[in-house]
Amino acid sequence: MAATTIGVPQNEMPLGHELRGRVGMWCLIAAESAIFSIFVVAYLYYAGKSLSGPTPREVLEIPIFISIALFSSSFTIVRAERAIERGNAKLFAGWWFATIALGAFFVLGTAREWYTLIYEHGLTISSSLFGTTFYSLVGLHLSHVLIGLTGLSIVMVFALFGKVKQEHAERIGVFALYWHFVDAVWVVVLTVVYVIAR
Amino acid sequence: MELNLTKAGWLAGVETLLAFVTANAWAANATRDPATPNIFAPASTPADSIYHLSLFVLAITGLIFVVVFTLLAYAVVKFRRRSGDDDREPPQIYGSNQMELAWTVIPVLIVVVLFLAAARVIHAIEDAKFPAGTTEITAIGHQFWWEFQYPGQGFVTANELHVPVSDRAHPTPTHITLMSADTDHSFWVPKLAGKTDLIPNRVNSMWIDPHETGVYVGQCAQYCGTQHAKMLLRVVVDLPEDFNKWIASQKQPAIELDSVAQGRHIFESTACVNCHTIAGTDAKGKFGPDLTHLMTRTTLASGAIANTQENLRTWIKDPDAIKPGCLMPAMQMSEEEVDAVTAYLMTLR
Amino acid sequence: MLDGDSISKPVFVPRSETMTRPLFDRVHEWIVTVDHKKLGLMYIGYGILFLVIAGLEATAMRIQLAVPNNHFVSPQTFNQLFTMHGTTMVFLVGMPLLFGFANYFVPLMIGARDMAFPRLNAWSFWMSALGGIILYFSFIGGGGLYGAGAAPDVGWFAYAPLTAKAFSPGHSTDYWTIGLLVSGFGSIGTALNIVTTVLCMRCPGMTLNRMPLFVWLNMVMAAMVLIVISPLTAAQIMLLIDRYLGGHFFDTQAGGSAVIWMHFFWIFGHPEVYVLIIPGFAIASEIIPVFSRKPIFGYAIMVAATLSIGFLSLGVWAHHMFTIGMTSYSNAFFTATTMAIGVPTGIKIFNWLGTMWGGKLRFTVPMMFCVAFLFQFLIAGLTGIMLSASPFDWQLGNSYFVVAHFHYVLIGGLVFTIFAALYYWFPKVSGRMFNETLGKWHFWLFLIGFHLTFDFMHIPGVLGMPRRIYTYEAGRGWEVWNLIISIGVIFQIAGILCWVVNFLWSYFKGKPAGNDPWDAWTLEWSTSSPPPDYNFATIPVVRSRRPLWDLKHPEDPDWKYE
Repeated sequence: MAATTIGVPQNEMPLGHELRGRVGMWCLIAAESAIFSIFVVAYLYYAGKSLSGPTPREVLEIPIFISIALFSSSFTIVRAERAIERGNAKLFAGWWFATIALGAFFVLGTAREWYTLIYEHGLTISSSLFGTTFYSLVGLHLSHVLIGLTGLSIVMVFALFGKVKQEHAERIGVFALYWHFVDAVWVVVLTVVYVIAR
Repeated sequence: MELNLTKAGWLAGVETLLAFVTANAWAANATRDPATPNIFAPASTPADSIYHLSLFVLAITGLIFVVVFTLLAYAVVKFRRRSGDDDREPPQIYGSNQMELAWTVIPVLIVVVLFLAAARVIHAIEDAKFPAGTTEITAIGHQFWWEFQYPGQGFVTANELHVPVSDRAHPTPTHITLMSADTDHSFWVPKLAGKTDLIPNRVNSMWIDPHETGVYVGQCAQYCGTQHAKMLLRVVVDLPEDFNKWIASQKQPAIELDSVAQGRHIFESTACVNCHTIAGTDAKGKFGPDLTHLMTRTTLASGAIANTQENLRTWIKDPDAIKPGCLMPAMQMSEEEVDAVTAYLMTLR
Repeated sequence: MLDGDSISKPVFVPRSETMTRPLFDRVHEWIVTVDHKKLGLMYIGYGILFLVIAGLEATAMRIQLAVPNNHFVSPQTFNQLFTMHGTTMVFLVGMPLLFGFANYFVPLMIGARDMAFPRLNAWSFWMSALGGIILYFSFIGGGGLYGAGAAPDVGWFAYAPLTAKAFSPGHSTDYWTIGLLVSGFGSIGTALNIVTTVLCMRCPGMTLNRMPLFVWLNMVMAAMVLIVISPLTAAQIMLLIDRYLGGHFFDTQAGGSAVIWMHFFWIFGHPEVYVLIIPGFAIASEIIPVFSRKPIFGYAIMVAATLSIGFLSLGVWAHHMFTIGMTSYSNAFFTATTMAIGVPTGIKIFNWLGTMWGGKLRFTVPMMFCVAFLFQFLIAGLTGIMLSASPFDWQLGNSYFVVAHFHYVLIGGLVFTIFAALYYWFPKVSGRMFNETLGKWHFWLFLIGFHLTFDFMHIPGVLGMPRRIYTYEAGRGWEVWNLIISIGVIFQIAGILCWVVNFLWSYFKGKPAGNDPWDAWTLEWSTSSPPPDYNFATIPVVRSRRPLWDLKHPEDPDWKYE
């Protein structure tokens, strides 16, 4: 820390380094948003341009339940953040586990949807432009959910061993920011794939 | 050493100016030499419009260059530290809002003027309307040759296209539709027009209206693979009578001479027919150039070599010797077979 | 307060003390380091290594093109050379060198002890290094060294569908894709680090308004990298899906579009060139004031201009696509935005001129490189304005005029400022002064070579010579110009040799430099040369943009006027 801050008025003090984690995570979110944007642009550009194969209207149904699950997991992770900020490790573990469960439900639901698409409707990544853009965009989001789940699980293990304490609240907050981002991306993907371009 | 910096600065500036002046003077003297394209010697309206725009742009950028260069050179000379100088720091000036305003507003005005000039030419070239009597050609880019279809007249040729000369008073332009059979290419004949790309799964469009007869050389200008360098094209601008004569001859099926029957037989029974078309025979391949009137072209292999018997023989025997990496395979024929096929192709006028 | 006690006294550490540790230990220290200074030096060393390699690739091409119908290299090899040369220079030379300077000097200039995330810093460097190794392994993979292996030959912008499996069988394109994908992750990591460091690690009193321009501009560059590398990453993932999972993103036979690759690539590619040049501007903005003995003219406007360049650069990309047959409205739009970006760029040139005006110019080697940069960047910007007029680009695009233009910006602009930076900060990093005479020889030789090659290169473009051709026939009017261009390379090589010899010799035998050989004003000059591992014993506290000026001129400090 600075040894001498005497004589520096408050409005001349720069942002402190305790904000590093959040700023860094926002930077990562900016970069990831740019990647997702390009896949969304490709999806919209190619909407309706497939030469063959099933159309979105024929095979896609709005995935209401898994979406509710994923959006709810943002709520549960906020509750977990508040719990650890107050130092309540047990409550934190409970809400954290709920978040994982909801995220896992999302993944399983997506797996079921894809199984149907591939084996009943013959829609694969190589079958048509729709297939390519659909699996790429939704798959990119799914991969980010999986990465998030992995991180969540690691923290869960630490929590079960009682290692997660009040002083870790800021780090939990930074990780939660990532999870909220994944959720926000789903809002966009859901709207684009299942509503706008269907 | 400081003085030398100024000298060198001047040297660089003078040399740059000299280079441009030389280029322009040389360009102005450039003859109708078909092999030396030059964007400053236009022979068709699109190239002409671009040329006039370019003079305007060069004048403005030239003026900016002279002004700023002079200021920089002056600063470098006037404000250098001299040996007898004391070590006091010069007045510490932090900025000047008036100067900032000046050198923002003036460039913005310059940009507006340049933009309007450019927008006018963009519209004139891209949104041009064509009169009746426009010659229609479809150009299809291949790795590494050009296919030219004349849909109105019903024939196909390759690598060298003929168009009628266009009178400024009563224009007879040529409109070219551009497509590609494989990767990206670009049609660039500098004296006639700016370049336009040929992109698969996309239809592009350009036009020319050459004012002078002659042969104009161009080249593929979008990297398309190994032999991109040798994908030349020639635009032959004819007087109307010559153009019509050319059209009439191109519409004929291939000449059939008995003297070269052996060569024709070898051609038709080898894989040659899988790639090449010779109108009026069983050869109907589309992968390679149409050979029906091969001998009316001045070059072979898309401008890679002159169209002589010697070169034709070499090309047939081993295309890689002339265009390594091109897509025409050597057919492993014996010397007599090569001679026979060459003799046959030499009759395709 | 920043005072006599908090400035380190010059400490000259005799060479023998540091050289007695075993070699293994010393190498190990560098491999596991998370110190921003060591990582910065590794980035710079890596960039210089690839500068030499890419320079050799260029030399081979220029030998091939010196005369018509030459047979120095085969067409296949030539196509690999221009692809690797471009890819290497942008990703393995430009980015590492600039990240290297940022890494070393941003923490020092803001009074911090390291970057925000030291371990991420190390990870990012090694990812970038890995990407380069993957790319260059291509020369050995596939067909092996003889015949130049499976190096990519699709051009540095790898247009579809040339990159499809059908037209690029084998793995050459994959080396390009995967090498750059991996190195891109490293770039995003470092960019994230730089932004966070600048926002969160500044010393007390250093508001955004008091940061050195070097820090400001590197932060803008890093923010751009975050947004701009991602489109390339996305496009490369799509290309891999096409090539290996049967996808159709760029498959024109299945309704896919070749043009959409161009859009995605250039949405990355154009801002990327601003990513490359903005740190060059950063360097000039530090060096020119010091050797003019005046503060930078118009600090706030310089920041604003850079921000507008960063922002506008996201809206000009399709000027690389003027010839693909866009509508007249699209062409006009991109002409307008591209011309517009010339305005803030011009403002910066005027501000550097204003800095020099009325000053007492000292033509040290770094200053000479910066002055040459000003002249050359002016010319490069003007040829850029020519190209921005869409119809003019229909003639000049994809010709040697464009090659001349971008080398003018990148060498005449960026490389000259990089040389300036290397000379300016060599004393700080090594503790020794370089040889002034050899430095001037470097400058003059390189200047002559650069102008011989790149001034005259504009002419073949005007005469119809397209780019990326491995040979040309005689009688096209291109021969004499190509010969002159190739001869210029000899002078450039001579200049670079002078520089290498100079730095190697000076590192061991140069005069001790002391803390502040140039009488400069930013915080890095308050540490010893080289700085200690921890940078600052006491975190400095600043009150103005030039803390050392305030110390040296207590009767007339900057904070009275800012």
